[in-house]
Amino acid sequence: MKKTAFLAAALLASTALSASAETLRWARAGDSLTLDPHAQNEGPTHTLAHQIYEPLIIRDMTGAFQPALATDWAPKEGDPNVWVFNLRQGVTYHDGADFTAEDVVFSINRAKSENSDMKELLTSITEVRAVDDHTVEFVTDGPNPILPSNLTNLFMMDKGWAEANGTVDVQDVEGGEKTFATTNTNGTGPYQLVSREPDVKTVLTLNENYWGADQFPLDVTEIVYTPIQNAATRVAALLSGEVDFIQDVPVQDLGRVAETEGLVVKTAPQNRVIFFGMNQGSDDIANDDVEGKNPLADVRVRRAMSMAINRDAIKQVVMRGQSAPAGMIAPPFVNGWTEEMDSASKTDLDAARALMEEAGYGDGFSIQLDCPNDRYVNDEAICQAAVGMLAQIGITVNLDAKPKAQHFPLITNDETDFYMLGWGVPTYDSEYIFNFLVHTRGSERGSWNGTGFSNAEVDQMIQSLASETDLDKRNDTIQSIWNVVQEEQLYIPIHHQVLNWGMAEKVGIEVSPEDDPKFKFFEIN
Amino acid sequence: MADIQQEIRPSRLRRAWDSDLAWSFRHAPVAVVSAFVVLVLVIGAVLAPLIAPHNPFDPATLNLMNGFTPPNQANQFTGDYFILGTDDQGRDVFSTILYGMRISLFVGFAAVLLAMVLGVALGLLAGYLGGWTETIIMRVADVQLTFPAILVAMLIFGIAKGITPPEYRDQMAIWVLILAIGLSDWVQFARVVRGATLVEKNREYVQAARLIGRSPFAIMLRHILPNVLNPVLVIATISLALAIIAEATLSFLGVGAPPTKPSLGTLIRIGQEFMFSGEWWILFFPAATLLALALSINLLGDWLRDALNPRLR
Repeated sequence: MKKTAFLAAALLASTALSASAETLRWARAGDSLTLDPHAQNEGPTHTLAHQIYEPLIIRDMTGAFQPALATDWAPKEGDPNVWVFNLRQGVTYHDGADFTAEDVVFSINRAKSENSDMKELLTSITEVRAVDDHTVEFVTDGPNPILPSNLTNLFMMDKGWAEANGTVDVQDVEGGEKTFATTNTNGTGPYQLVSREPDVKTVLTLNENYWGADQFPLDVTEIVYTPIQNAATRVAALLSGEVDFIQDVPVQDLGRVAETEGLVVKTAPQNRVIFFGMNQGSDDIANDDVEGKNPLADVRVRRAMSMAINRDAIKQVVMRGQSAPAGMIAPPFVNGWTEEMDSASKTDLDAARALMEEAGYGDGFSIQLDCPNDRYVNDEAICQAAVGMLAQIGITVNLDAKPKAQHFPLITNDETDFYMLGWGVPTYDSEYIFNFLVHTRGSERGSWNGTGFSNAEVDQMIQSLASETDLDKRNDTIQSIWNVVQEEQLYIPIHHQVLNWGMAEKVGIEVSPEDDPKFKFFEIN
Repeated sequence: MADIQQEIRPSRLRRAWDSDLAWSFRHAPVAVVSAFVVLVLVIGAVLAPLIAPHNPFDPATLNLMNGFTPPNQANQFTGDYFILGTDDQGRDVFSTILYGMRISLFVGFAAVLLAMVLGVALGLLAGYLGGWTETIIMRVADVQLTFPAILVAMLIFGIAKGITPPEYRDQMAIWVLILAIGLSDWVQFARVVRGATLVEKNREYVQAARLIGRSPFAIMLRHILPNVLNPVLVIATISLALAIIAEATLSFLGVGAPPTKPSLGTLIRIGQEFMFSGEWWILFFPAATLLALALSINLLGDWLRDALNPRLR
């Protein structure tokens, strides 16, 4: 009798506990690459950072602006080159330090520094100054109407903490550096880091002093994040209840998950395009069998390669319908996207072979394709399919698929000649794509442009976008740049991804087009 | 007298048929069935280019629209028929198994050969010479034994992959696999041969050879080696099954045969992604083939061990 009473009490206690403490076990294919919030401009890295750090402005789960560390912002009266941000008062970092204007100045300057991967977003900013403790002015090089949309992934770091721990400089990821900020955090965000083992497990717990405690559900009190690269294992974990939420249900298992009692799949088109990049800037490339010249430097070869890709077959078989074939490397969400350009990719093997012949590669050539295997939906399978399709026009492709942590540095270090990349556009504007992927690679822009493409005129046009206030004129320039990108076949677009989040029924959340769950918005029923 | 004996001597085949080993084989149904399975699979692998409906290693012959065709059905888009279905890339599973088995068997045989040559040589040296040679060789063997063979293979594979230029990586993958598995597997041979050599080297025939002044190497190769070969044969057979599984494991982990030239392990890796979605054939047929191959070779090895063991006769 005594035993039953004890059991009942224990049971009661445990249910009471679970009502107040909800652990969300979260899995996706890959891990965050670093905890340094300015070192990698990469989706999963930002997703984890968003739980711990906060920018001035965030996008909520629908993609709309929402004040975060800034309460409001507006261009300064009388000076169109200045944006004024009023900061939230009474915000503290996880270690108890106050969040002030000084931290904003520090963080923006840090994100503009050499090793930062975020600097392309801040090229128009010439100065950031603290007016008082809770007001900051951003001075731009000419009026920049879209500045706020560039700040939604720009996290604020405590100046004092960074100085005390020697992490004033951004971690040099490409150089293989590790700093204190790579494994330690001190943000203002809703969750704080408990433990982290990269690629294995990261545990976060609710920040009891979070400023938004009354504004957000904050139902999730603990987050356990386990990257599970293998698709079947990931699904098995969801099916068995080992995890509550996975961000990337493999397309082949959508039916299975949806039919399982207690699980739901939520689907939405993603703000992300998948494409192949080609090194066209070098005179000769290392990863092919053509001596003395670079076949990819010939636009006819690039066009032929694009024509050889059967995007409908990839959609039908590899993606099982969960994609939209693309003709340009901008998702439909983005200003500058046109339906005409996005339907430009046509499969035509005969024309492709003729172009190869014309370019002098009638007998084909061989080249290595570098591909990630834990980043995009069926990334490796898409690359494999491309191997078969390119073989049709005589191009022998050696596929080298590896985890993204090894794949991405190849692109940023110019060590690959033919690679897969996906690009999401958090600013919803083409300028972001141009700055990273089209502009000549340099200290300020072009860090993800692995193509070697460099065109002074195009660079000029791209730079003019930041300060063009006449929106019609700006849009015209955007179209002109796209025309060059399309004409030159700078990239081979494949498709726009569709997001499939799988979760336990108790998890209440809608899919964000950024594939960016912010757990403070999650409700647990 | 000698001449007469020569005349009544039966043919080689007849002698083989009448030997103890053959007799024991004929009276072990498990061994007969296993040998039959191995024979069928090996012939299938060797004659793959003649038997297989298409060459799955030639990406130009693939049609992605044939992907995920169920076994013994026509594809809904193309109308093509595949007896064992197709995988996610539209590769005929039957052809891919035949070609994949070539890689698996080739890697297995070559790796065991490498391990055997290396292990037997080092074992003979250690056993016969003794002293420092023995200490060094056997301590290295002991150290290597403390690591799982698959870990050693992965280490060797990683290093070899790192130093091969990228354009040769696909071609080199097979050789690197052989090297990795071979180098991780020599210890067993070395230990057994050393043990047997220790016993043999004090026998009278060895002493006699030494007395008439034969060189140590001649004694090792000509006199001792033939007498320690029986256990080597048994280990080699069982090692072959293990090497095939090791190759499959490495490829399953994604560090072995490239996905564009799949071995059985690569096929299983591809197939297991579709385990929950109903496309069972991509996993099932390669896995069943690997099972049949490894099990048959293992059973043959078991039989051989019993047949060669004088105590069990």
